[in-house]
Amino acid sequence: MTSKKIGDVILDIKNISLRFGGVKALTDISFNVKEHEIRSIIGPNGAGKSSMLNCINGVYTPQEGSITFRGQTFSHMNSRQVAEMGVARTFQNLALFKGMSVIDNIMTGRNMKIRSNLLLQALRWGPAEREEIAHREKVEHIIDFLEIQAWRKTPVGQLPYGLQKRVDLGRALAMEPQVLLLDEPMAGMNVEEKQDMCRFILDVNDEFGTTIVLIEHDMGVVMDISDRVVVLDYGKKIGDGAPDEVRDNEDVIRAYLGTAH
Amino acid sequence: MGFFLETLIGGLMVGTLYALIAIGFVLIFKASGVFNFAQGAMVLFSALAMARFAEWIPGWLGMAPGVVGNLLAIVVTLALMVLVAWVIERFALRHLVNQEPIALLMATLGIAYLLDGLGPMVFGSAVYSINVGMPKDPVFVMDGLIPGGVMLSLEDLYAACIAALLVVCLSLFFQKTKTGRALRAVADDHQAAQSIGIPLSRIWVIVWSVAGGVALVVGIIWGSKLGVQYSLSLVALKALPVVILGGLTSLPGAIIGGLIIGVGEKLSEVYIGPMVGGGIETWFAYGLALCFLLVRPQGLFGDKIIDRV
Repeated sequence: MTSKKIGDVILDIKNISLRFGGVKALTDISFNVKEHEIRSIIGPNGAGKSSMLNCINGVYTPQEGSITFRGQTFSHMNSRQVAEMGVARTFQNLALFKGMSVIDNIMTGRNMKIRSNLLLQALRWGPAEREEIAHREKVEHIIDFLEIQAWRKTPVGQLPYGLQKRVDLGRALAMEPQVLLLDEPMAGMNVEEKQDMCRFILDVNDEFGTTIVLIEHDMGVVMDISDRVVVLDYGKKIGDGAPDEVRDNEDVIRAYLGTAH
Repeated sequence: MGFFLETLIGGLMVGTLYALIAIGFVLIFKASGVFNFAQGAMVLFSALAMARFAEWIPGWLGMAPGVVGNLLAIVVTLALMVLVAWVIERFALRHLVNQEPIALLMATLGIAYLLDGLGPMVFGSAVYSINVGMPKDPVFVMDGLIPGGVMLSLEDLYAACIAALLVVCLSLFFQKTKTGRALRAVADDHQAAQSIGIPLSRIWVIVWSVAGGVALVVGIIWGSKLGVQYSLSLVALKALPVVILGGLTSLPGAIIGGLIIGVGEKLSEVYIGPMVGGGIETWFAYGLALCFLLVRPQGLFGDKIIDRV
């Protein structure tokens, strides 16, 4: 991998605990994410990975702990505020706008950035038209980048799964996020599709300098592309560090392989 | 020939009125994926408000009822419909984010009953009239072509023009603006819409306000034609077959569905009715809708529903 400039801590998660009734989804989790890095969250099924992502994204509100993003500390946030601050995400179970075309789906990602007057937009007039064209150019750039030119007018619901995953990523990219949260972007893909997705993630990280928080089950992928890895098991953090360190961590091996009895 | 044309035109005019109500349904369905049972109640509520404010406002301000009074009444009623939209969002929809669509559907039923009761309670339950200066006299056209000409109701013609204008505006709004795009996005997936920063609550207030505005237009047109009374909220039931025919997601579909049903109803009543003892008009629309459900469940222009399994 090419050497890249990893910056300061951009996202600092401190002592997060999340409960659903009596179920402890997360217990006292702390870790940080540095600017421009690829940070993976791994762990067996039900370890609390998606819950962690949902806390960062503002979907869940943790009972304890705080999240500091670019120096601002929050204990409670909603999804919209998070989006406004420059955090985008993709979903484990696709959450696309199925009836809308690929272009429209990705355009929704730019919605927050459209500024011109509603009436002018409706009439496609003057500044509104120029703005629309500028946003559309950005969207076309993303479509090129993700190599989905051929399907730009197709309703997303009709696309195969692998392509839908790309559209999901495209919509998040359209927000030009500083931090991109990816929830199992390669789940259910074949080897070739996984390689493509890896390439996209690395390119995004490389070209746009986007910080990436990644949840993934494929260890090969995680160990290959991550700068640092945090390991969760039963809602607790059991490992944190560079891929090699994590791989040799006793607790991690036990969580994945079990212990000898 | 003249009689046939008159029947046809009469059907088209009734059709545009059905279409206007259907637009209200389509609007909310497009923007929230929910069939809004309260649309009829909103029509009644807005018509009642409009009729009463048009009486009260000139009284409060001490002026003669007229154009200014009507305009003020329209503005006040619109504001009231926005308030209703806000209340609906605040107390019902907000709590149903990310829930099953059926929960929202039941909520709209509840809202329908609430508005049906609240309207007469606040504004009175007598029969009121709305007079916004719609011409009542018919005109005769094509005098030279057909003996006696063809009778045309100017009032209906105006209504048709208003309907067309409304559809053009709404289509532009939905297809070209970022708010329109956000509305469609919210209809598809709440969670995804939130994650890209679409403010769900504001979007819902907007869409219910717009539906309230459309309900007001319908209320004024129907109200000035038939008078404002409880049966107005039942007229909305006629729009059900229209949206089935045209497709729940298509604004042009609502128009064309309305026209087909309006014309079909009138022509079948006049030409087939005598053979079977009449009364076709009341069930024709539903029969047609039933056939459509069997053959083309997404309607003429609706998005085809494809589920990947």
